[in-house]
Amino acid sequence: MNLFTHIGKYLLMLKGMFSKPENPKLYWKEFMHQCSEIGVGSLGIVVIISFFMGAVSALQAVYQIVNPLISKTIIPQIVRDTVILEFAPTLICIVLAGVIGSKIASELGNMRVSEQIDALEIMGINSKTYLVMPKIVAAIVMIPMLVILSMVLGIAGGRITAVASGVVSAETYDRGLIELFLPYNVFFAMMKAYTFAFIISSVPAYFGYNVSGGSLEIGRSSTKSVVVSCVLILVADYILAQLLL
Amino acid sequence: MIEFKNIVKKFGDKLVLNDVSHKMETGKTNLIIGTSGSGKTVLQKCLVGLFEPDAGEIIYDGTSFTQMSEDDRKLLRQQIGMLFQGSALFDSMTVEDNIKFPLDMFTKDKQQEKLKRVNEVLERVNLIGSNKKFPAELSGGMKKRVGIARAIVLNPKFLFCDEPNSGLDPQTSMLIDKLISDITRDYKMTTIINTHDMNSVMEIGDNILYLKDGKKEWTGNSKDIIFSENKNLNQFIFASEFLQDAKLHRMMEAKK
Ligand SMILES: Nc1ncnc2c1ncn2[C@@H]1O[C@H](COP(=O)(O)OP(=O)(O)OP(=O)(O)O)[C@@H](O)[C@H]1O
Ligand SMILES: [Mg+2]
Repeated sequence: MNLFTHIGKYLLMLKGMFSKPENPKLYWKEFMHQCSEIGVGSLGIVVIISFFMGAVSALQAVYQIVNPLISKTIIPQIVRDTVILEFAPTLICIVLAGVIGSKIASELGNMRVSEQIDALEIMGINSKTYLVMPKIVAAIVMIPMLVILSMVLGIAGGRITAVASGVVSAETYDRGLIELFLPYNVFFAMMKAYTFAFIISSVPAYFGYNVSGGSLEIGRSSTKSVVVSCVLILVADYILAQLLL
Repeated sequence: MIEFKNIVKKFGDKLVLNDVSHKMETGKTNLIIGTSGSGKTVLQKCLVGLFEPDAGEIIYDGTSFTQMSEDDRKLLRQQIGMLFQGSALFDSMTVEDNIKFPLDMFTKDKQQEKLKRVNEVLERVNLIGSNKKFPAELSGGMKKRVGIARAIVLNPKFLFCDEPNSGLDPQTSMLIDKLISDITRDYKMTTIINTHDMNSVMEIGDNILYLKDGKKEWTGNSKDIIFSENKNLNQFIFASEFLQDAKLHRMMEAKK
């Protein structure tokens, strides 16, 4: 299949997703379940990565800024801006593309191969609305929250190591953090988070939903969906930076 | 009643269904029989719209299914129950939740009533007490029976079963056949069963369609089958000496 057939089928899947739920209560239940799968399920990895990424960027800033004429408040600013602008939204979402994306693709792929999706269709349920929609909405709700958490933890991680290195005091670090702070950067990061959340959930859903063949294909489509999501995240990152910065 | 005319289905160059026409009658157990690979599953899936036939028309109770919009099909499907050849149970749900799922989705009954209904159908398929098990903990035959329970829980107007008794012991198999034929009569369902179980053919074959290499080779009921002169059919049905003897015996009895 060529690229355009894929894009066409992907758009059709998204369009087919919008239909009236047969029973809103069950859809809500499925949505909540996905929120916990996606949000709570990837909390651990987000916490670990964010903390270390903040810590390392603080150490590197300390290492590079040896000139005594430069104010030490630049260190928290470097940590803050790299974490908010790039690390928290992009890096975390790339990791989540692996964690969440492969889960979505293999879950749907398995349901397709074992005819569970057909079973839903035969009951008169729109399987796209019931299976795909809650995953995408849950990702769009939960992933930006994870990104915010990651910002906070990253900056905190930076604070701990910067202070421990003895180059900046806790007080200087905190003062530096609020200096020259652009709230727009947070807005920009959130735009990225929403866009990436959509990519991370919808692309694997497309690959998983359209698996054909056996269990070997499930693995393939799950790998493919992670690769494609990562590339799309980087492309979207570039486009958003061009447009919004 | 489900009527279909001149159904053709190809996968690539491979012709799987070649101009098949037949009527599936209401209140009767309609059987599709044929060797493995003859196109039974594909025919059933064409009838419910999981495969689009390349040609032909399907008519449900006088309304053309082929020309129906996707929304109307969805409404019609709420009256269809289907057992898949591989059971297709939802992995993430317990037996109870699997069977309760259609009730949750389409009825406004209280939780207690729903559970009562679930236990009722579980009893009918001889699986009481398996409520809290997950599909992965069940044997193939048990999964089949849960699949049947899920298919009949809403008393559908149209019931499709793809090999309901493959993988079952003769006794349970009889029980399932009886269950299906009873509910078909009691609730005036249109039931379509794919099978290559000779017991089922003889016991519940009200209206049999014999497919050979994707073509309709023979139709009739379980009595006609005894007297049929069709060579392919005889070879297929009365494959063993034991069954040939049974056929002769039945023929003699019928002549008396
Ligand atoms: N999705 C598909 N793509 C390509 N070919 C298929 C597909 N599904 C079935 N076929 C082919 O169609 C033919 C009929 O298959 P079908 O599953 O209907 O057989 P069956 O009569 O149900 O056999 P069994 O009794 O073993 O279940 C087979 O030759 C099979 O290779
Ligand atoms: Mg089959």
